[in-house]
Amino acid sequence: MIRFDEVSVTYDGAGAPSLRDVDLEVPEGELTLLVGPSGVGKSTLLGTVSGLVPHFTGGTLRGRVTVAGRDTRTHRPRELADVVGTVGQDPLAHFVTDVVEDELAYGMESLGLPPAVMRRRVEETLDLLGLNELRDRPITTLSGGQQQRVAIGSVLTTHPKVLVLDEPTSALDPAAAEEVLAVLQRLVHDLGTTVLMAEHRLERVVQYADRVLLLPARGAAPVLVTPAEAMAVSPVYPPVVALGRLAGWSPLPLSVRDARRQATPLRTRLSSAASSTLSAPPAPATPAPPAFEARGSGGGAPGNGAAPGLLARLLRRGKPQPTEPAEPAEPAAGDTARAHNLGLRRDSRQVLHGIDLTVPPGETIALMGRNGAGKSTLLATLVGTLAPTTGEVTVGGRTPHRTPPPEMVRRVGLVPQEPRDLLYADTVAAECAAADSDAGVAPGTCRALVSGLLPGVPDDTHPRDLSEGQRLALALALVLTGRPALLLLDEPTRGLDYAAKARLIEVLRGLAADGHAVVLATHDVELAAELADRVVILAGGEVVADGPTAEVVVSSPAFAPQVAKVLAPGHWLTVSQIAQALDATATE
Amino acid sequence: MTHPAPRPGGASAALGGAVGGAVSGASTGAAPGGIPPARRGAPAAAAAPRRPSYERFRAPQDGRATALHAGAWWLWALGLATAASRTTNPLVLGLIVGVAGFVVAARRTDAPWARSYGAFLKLGLFVIGLRLLFSMLLGSPIPGTHTLFVLPEVPLPAWAQGIRFGGRVTAEQLVFAFYDGAKLAALLVCVGAANALANPARLLKSLPAALYEAGVAVVVAMTFAPNLVADVVRLRTARRLRGRPTGGIKAVLQIGLPVLEGALERSVAVAASMDARGYGRTAEVPPAVRHTTSVLTLGGLLGVCAGTYGLLAAQGAAYGLPVLGIGVVLALAGLRLGGRRSVRTRYRPDRWGARAWLVAGSGAAVAGLLIHAGGVDPAGMHPGVVPLVAPSLPLWPAASVLIGLLPAFVAPVPPKEASQ
Repeated sequence: MIRFDEVSVTYDGAGAPSLRDVDLEVPEGELTLLVGPSGVGKSTLLGTVSGLVPHFTGGTLRGRVTVAGRDTRTHRPRELADVVGTVGQDPLAHFVTDVVEDELAYGMESLGLPPAVMRRRVEETLDLLGLNELRDRPITTLSGGQQQRVAIGSVLTTHPKVLVLDEPTSALDPAAAEEVLAVLQRLVHDLGTTVLMAEHRLERVVQYADRVLLLPARGAAPVLVTPAEAMAVSPVYPPVVALGRLAGWSPLPLSVRDARRQATPLRTRLSSAASSTLSAPPAPATPAPPAFEARGSGGGAPGNGAAPGLLARLLRRGKPQPTEPAEPAEPAAGDTARAHNLGLRRDSRQVLHGIDLTVPPGETIALMGRNGAGKSTLLATLVGTLAPTTGEVTVGGRTPHRTPPPEMVRRVGLVPQEPRDLLYADTVAAECAAADSDAGVAPGTCRALVSGLLPGVPDDTHPRDLSEGQRLALALALVLTGRPALLLLDEPTRGLDYAAKARLIEVLRGLAADGHAVVLATHDVELAAELADRVVILAGGEVVADGPTAEVVVSSPAFAPQVAKVLAPGHWLTVSQIAQALDATATE
Repeated sequence: MTHPAPRPGGASAALGGAVGGAVSGASTGAAPGGIPPARRGAPAAAAAPRRPSYERFRAPQDGRATALHAGAWWLWALGLATAASRTTNPLVLGLIVGVAGFVVAARRTDAPWARSYGAFLKLGLFVIGLRLLFSMLLGSPIPGTHTLFVLPEVPLPAWAQGIRFGGRVTAEQLVFAFYDGAKLAALLVCVGAANALANPARLLKSLPAALYEAGVAVVVAMTFAPNLVADVVRLRTARRLRGRPTGGIKAVLQIGLPVLEGALERSVAVAASMDARGYGRTAEVPPAVRHTTSVLTLGGLLGVCAGTYGLLAAQGAAYGLPVLGIGVVLALAGLRLGGRRSVRTRYRPDRWGARAWLVAGSGAAVAGLLIHAGGVDPAGMHPGVVPLVAPSLPLWPAASVLIGLLPAFVAPVPPKEASQ
């Protein structure tokens, strides 16, 4: 369906080609997943299929790309519009009109289809994607998952043979991502559409793929193999594959279901390891217990004999949660941040309602919940950019929205969803100098942090030339310059590959060990499992669950990480925990 | 607003179709969202046997099938604007603004473009203020006897003779400036009303095919303003995160560049998306057709310009109308011919039904009657400022302005909760 003949792409002014020697054919009617670390040219490869590379982006394309028999050298993107549908990372950048129904019809109008055909196809697509309820809604009022579905629908109406998607689920919460993936699978199975998709969050998509197009490194020749073969050699892989590699399973599992079938021996080994060493669900650098101590209910030392999970459950049962934070408990004096009965209204909508939250020093908390649940708003009230309508917030003893910004930066720092919002200057060095003077610290403090987080970035680099992960690290360094006791991160892993994510996790663990409290709002269940001591789940602006990570996520189908799903009912969260436990048994 | 809340939506939508003249049974598919089928069906069925006869003429709920043509709103608003341009009587102008405001309040949706009415009102007030300020500073040719106060006059060199800066400020000149500013403000408010009531994208659908591409550019540009505002808010928040003040010139400069960069990036992304979705596919046409198109379009536009000038200049009404007519015909022919290049089709364009005629007609009637009033009763329409007299409300022109309220009763009712 899509044929690449010796394709190389070199952008203007670049020394080396971004993509080299692609020579393969993407088969018809299959879902092909494009896998590789950041910066290997995944987006470029996708762009060559729709013709946007090189017609729109510039650069030189050597070789030939043919889509359904049409050569992209001679056909411009608009002439390929009836065979290729493209959906980019940001659905909002995709929309041309403002109402769902018009958006679905836009592509067909451009192709000049008769009105009766357009009407029928719009109705069919509305049904296929479950969008009928939303047909008259302005697009900007939709949630992220709904927008992504509209974006997919808007290219489906022209009945393209090929659908090209660049990270369709990276901005979505787990449930919305499932929704989008279910639609894609239906297209492949029922309509025979060829889907070519790039995605960093392999744990969500790899089990749906028929083929994997693996780009192992920049400039290396890509290979088209089955998912299992690809995962055996790929430099990026989801936790379930990591678990399979660790346990030596063959064939490698791609889905939780595959893994569970092979997991029985591992489960028994782990449970025996746990009972013999008394250290089961292992506590890494920072154990979960602080959550309980800080909330004034902890009596005995946790993790002592009985499994903490059981202890925690017992503790929780005997404790009426809503009344508890209202007590003037003395441990609260040491809390980095507290919110009591916090409520916030915006345009007559109750965004937050009756939130009670304490953040003790050194603890990492993951805020989870669907798109629009109020996570970012809660972070904004903690940092002081929004004032609560009811209730009170204190961070480091001050009320954030009444404290002048220069004083607040030393107490709390927020890395926003789009880290580049924090960057104004032309060079990394200028950003650092500005951050030093903003925070009133000795010159060079920020630069030292940058060098620690981002080794090898020269002073004169323009912040916009950094990769997604590097930009996040720079923003993090700028925020950390003021040494805030409380660090907030909004969706930090969006667009990061596994390597960048691992570095981020390491950095944040180090900060927590230094006594920084960290709160992250995230959809990434794997990140929460790796990092968080405590998980707080928000829904409709209210806290619906608050407890140690193992407690909260293991019981939830949407928020459980893959390892927990494979090894349920055991309270295991990450592959590294398992590796430690297995090491312990091996040394005995 | 004039109707009780639980409205028999399905039935009235179908009735609206009957009145509108062209809506088939398909209208149920787009029947107003937000009302569950049970509620929608039951009261209609119950009320069916003894429904009073006026129910037939009740405004239907706004939906895709019953939507009023965007052009009708613009014609109505332009009619009011023309009427406003014909008078400086502040009472009549106030009445026109009030009529426009009432219709907007009754019939606007909660879509993003509908919120622009307030901005236009503020702009109107700003224009009046500016007009008064300039009149105070630069003086006015209006001779006046009621001196209010005297500003220090700045002596200007000989070559700037005839220009005055500062000096005496009279009540007459201020009243004159106020009347003049109010006229302009009323014009702006009428445009704002059209903007709030008509979806710009829908209007685009009604453009001739040849103008479509230019129209898309305009609409995309219009959606940029709200995006820019959102960007500024976001970046100001981000400045606070770095502990910097959010106001001041330095902040504006530092925020300005990223905002513009963001806007540019977004426009490039939208352009890529449009290209990949087939925007700008064209059909081949012979060169002769292309040239004829250009000549017809250019000639037509010149004619329209000359004719409009003639009409508005008040002296040349005799030749204005025919020239305008010829211009319009030429331009339409050019556009029709130009449309051959475009392969586009239109998805569910708005239909021009009886309600659209009524809305557009009410605007045209107001314009026509006030133009007539300007000829018959110039004193009432242009109250004198020398000597100062209190303006009186000319009775029948005021009554004719009220015809402009018609859309508040015949246009489809917007759904109560379009976006939840």
